[in-house]
Amino acid sequence: MTATDASAAAAGRGGAEPTLSVGHLDVVYKVRGRDRLALRDVSFEVGRRESYGLVGESGSGKSTVALALTRYLPRNGRVSAGTVSINGADPLAMSGADLRQLRARAVSMVYQEPGKALNPSIRVGRQVAEVYEIAGLHRAEAAERAEAMLRKVQIADPGQVMGRYPHQLSGGMAQRVVIAMALAAEPALLILDEPTTALDATVEAEVLDLVSALRAEFDTSVLFISHNLAVIAKMCDRVGVLYAGELVEEGPAREVFDNPRHPYTVGLLRCIPRRGQRKDHGRLDTIPGFLPSAGHTLTGCVFAPRCLLAEDRCREVPPPTYQVGAGRTARCYRHDEAPSLPRATPEDKPLPGPAASAETLVQLAGLSKTFVARGSRGAQVHALTGVDLELERGETLGLVGESGSGKTTLARVLLGLLPPDPGATVELAGQPLAADVRRRSRSELKALQIVFQNPDSALNRRHTVRRLISAPLTRLAGLSGERLRARLAELIAAVRLEERHLAMRPNQLSGGLKQRVAIARAFGGGPAVVVCDEPTSALDVSVQAAILNLLADLQAGEQVSYLFISHDLGVVRYLSDRIAVLYLSKVMEIGPAERVFSGPHHPYTEALLSAVPSLDGQRADRIKLSGEIPSATSLPTGCVFHTRCPRRLPSGICESQDPPLLEVEPGHRMSCHIPLDELQNLQRAGQPT
Amino acid sequence: MTDIAVAPATGVAVARPDQTGELTPWRLLLRRPTFLAGAVILLFWLACAIFGNLIAPHNPLAQQLLLTNQAPSGAHWFGTDQLGRDVLSRVIVGARSILFIAFAATVLSTILGTALGLVMGYFGGIVDILAGRLVEAALALPVVIVAFLFIVALGPSPLTIIVVIGLVFTLLIARTVRSTVLVESQLDYLAAARLVGEKSARIMFTEVLPNVVPAVLVEFTVRLGYAIFAIATLSFLGFGVQPPTPDWGADIAHNYVTLGAGYWWMTLFPALAIASLVIGINLVTDSIEQVLAS
Repeated sequence: MTATDASAAAAGRGGAEPTLSVGHLDVVYKVRGRDRLALRDVSFEVGRRESYGLVGESGSGKSTVALALTRYLPRNGRVSAGTVSINGADPLAMSGADLRQLRARAVSMVYQEPGKALNPSIRVGRQVAEVYEIAGLHRAEAAERAEAMLRKVQIADPGQVMGRYPHQLSGGMAQRVVIAMALAAEPALLILDEPTTALDATVEAEVLDLVSALRAEFDTSVLFISHNLAVIAKMCDRVGVLYAGELVEEGPAREVFDNPRHPYTVGLLRCIPRRGQRKDHGRLDTIPGFLPSAGHTLTGCVFAPRCLLAEDRCREVPPPTYQVGAGRTARCYRHDEAPSLPRATPEDKPLPGPAASAETLVQLAGLSKTFVARGSRGAQVHALTGVDLELERGETLGLVGESGSGKTTLARVLLGLLPPDPGATVELAGQPLAADVRRRSRSELKALQIVFQNPDSALNRRHTVRRLISAPLTRLAGLSGERLRARLAELIAAVRLEERHLAMRPNQLSGGLKQRVAIARAFGGGPAVVVCDEPTSALDVSVQAAILNLLADLQAGEQVSYLFISHDLGVVRYLSDRIAVLYLSKVMEIGPAERVFSGPHHPYTEALLSAVPSLDGQRADRIKLSGEIPSATSLPTGCVFHTRCPRRLPSGICESQDPPLLEVEPGHRMSCHIPLDELQNLQRAGQPT
Repeated sequence: MTDIAVAPATGVAVARPDQTGELTPWRLLLRRPTFLAGAVILLFWLACAIFGNLIAPHNPLAQQLLLTNQAPSGAHWFGTDQLGRDVLSRVIVGARSILFIAFAATVLSTILGTALGLVMGYFGGIVDILAGRLVEAALALPVVIVAFLFIVALGPSPLTIIVVIGLVFTLLIARTVRSTVLVESQLDYLAAARLVGEKSARIMFTEVLPNVVPAVLVEFTVRLGYAIFAIATLSFLGFGVQPPTPDWGADIAHNYVTLGAGYWWMTLFPALAIASLVIGINLVTDSIEQVLAS
């Protein structure tokens, strides 16, 4: 191979020996007696004080890298070739005792689920102090150091938190504790594997800030693994892009994301709605085909089967690693042409917005939903309080908000899966809807359908695709025989499934195909409204783009309205005509998508928007939310957002009076005591002091 | 399956092309030596139960009063009992009653238990609470004691045993099925079914039931093993199949008093028969459980 070693590039950046160096690493998993290659020839280095990002879709092998480095591979996995060096020591050659020392002192790991990383039966304080005790401190001193460490990870009342059990912590708080434990040993290398994927955007922003600050303080090198390109862009100096177990591109994060040189990176970046892209600007690009399965026997480039630039040599001989700039490599013959990769999905057909003659299809008024919490003396959980919303024919209403804000409850009430509190109005085309789905007429059932977040849960795994998609056709549309067959063929063509998929069961399909089945089912009865509850958040970026295109196409063709729930603001912006922002059971703001995004907006919307990391360069300043989301069992007095609001008025009105949802501009309503023009001035001026 | 190993816990669905040639559960079972061993034992006793009279070298009922208490020999491999009957023949033919009763009781309890468990798990609330308390109350008593009471009241007959064991096991199976249904009822496909207007009964039997079949299958084999023990115990106590019909439990009961005289074969071979049948069933159960869990 004429490969240029990554180490050569690293040497160029000067300085001491790197904290982590991985050379030509191969990892295999033995599955049913056969070795399947999970990582092939992966080489990279993480320098002192450097933050290195590994980005890739599921199945790319990014977690395998982390496991291999610390010899935590599952029993059927092993490193079959290559070298690893952490602080000059080779973990692959270590004895058990040395390996334990390495894991205790040199390397720390933080995983996605903080709840699983903490022992549920030991108090938080003990767990953190244990790290110091292992390092040789006495119990009292260790407890003292633990408290100091918890203060460092910005836990407000560490003394009190130390006495709690992990289940009494929120997700963000638990992840801080895990980070505190990871840094307590002052490791040379901190491995973060999707550390914020399970957290809300505002909490994620805080945790990421914390990691950045502590990295500087503790002089730690970071290996940051994520599927989220924007998070990597925000957190990392350099980035490596993994695809099917190979490092296809590497370089400084900013440069790789601004000017990618491998067709996979190019395609991946095009799949993400960015820079305010909207459905009426045209379709998102996609990456055709599928990730090769583990243990594939491709002879050439791993990306060749999906690459629109692939030539014969790409399919025959694996490309070497080319040096494509200072400290940049790409494993592609045609790296020069990669930026001009042809589109896989034509951009044409700008999709029309909703019809001008707006007709209200769904009307929700005074909608509240209170759950009685079991076991805690009948405490009431307020999932929705006094929500007023309307949905027009053919439009997409985006519903955003953190977890616990009531988004999913709203959808379930509308669908009749949960009864609202008495006094609510739920109307479809002017007619009141029964609260219980079992009392709704066939035409009402037909009108309202849903695409769930997780197709594994939404599709009965014992039924074939044919049966799943036929259910609404026979039961709602009343089709049978030849007409059923014709409509079925039409539907699967519309969602781009193939005839052969009909006989399969969900477990034989990929995540994207499963979601297509769910979409076909939702559209089977000819609905007027389809609720999309995070329909793409369980999917990879490249699959997400195709699903978003499909939803946009179907909407244009069928004139259906969407209630689109998502925590991904880029996705919501791409698809929505109007947006409603929910916080703690209430609507904070509702209005045309562009107005809500461009502002002036509600302080909560402002905070939410600024919390989301962006691929398009760093935002100048971020509105930081303080504190935790209050419990929904006792909503704050006055404005529910006042406990965290960075723009709370000094007059005390926010604490005492609940601001009504008032129209501040045509079609734009907001629930805030601050007048719109003042908000505008404040938001132009930037972050409050 | 391969994907689990390759991409641990990223929380993101794994994109993969259509998988062909994936092994069916049945083929996975056939690759397990424990399953094969268990299945061979089970099939052997099934054959004995069905064709016992053809296989048995002697008439199991024929008494040879001149040849009582004979130790195992070429003519009588397992020896003869106190009445001079061939122990081997009695063991072979004895498989019939115990297997028939056990199968019938287990099938009965599986059908009723699955239905009850579905209703409890699906409707939840008051139905679940009432039925749940009832199940707990019934299970507080040992199976054999409950069966004993019924048999004393109704008189010993295979039918009584089938009904009694069947009903007690119904409660046990219902409890397991209920917890499986509770997991299923958290899933969105039930909501999806309601949204196309399916009624509760239909959802229970066409949507939920197919998904609890694996758990029911495991439960069936587990209960079959327990049923054999319970029936053997009842027979031993004299409440099962009545003499002179060959029966393992009854034969042990009639002959164990002779152990002191050194006549071990009349007791040992029926006991081994019970043990091997239960072990065979447990081997099959374990394999099924592991294949379904993987």
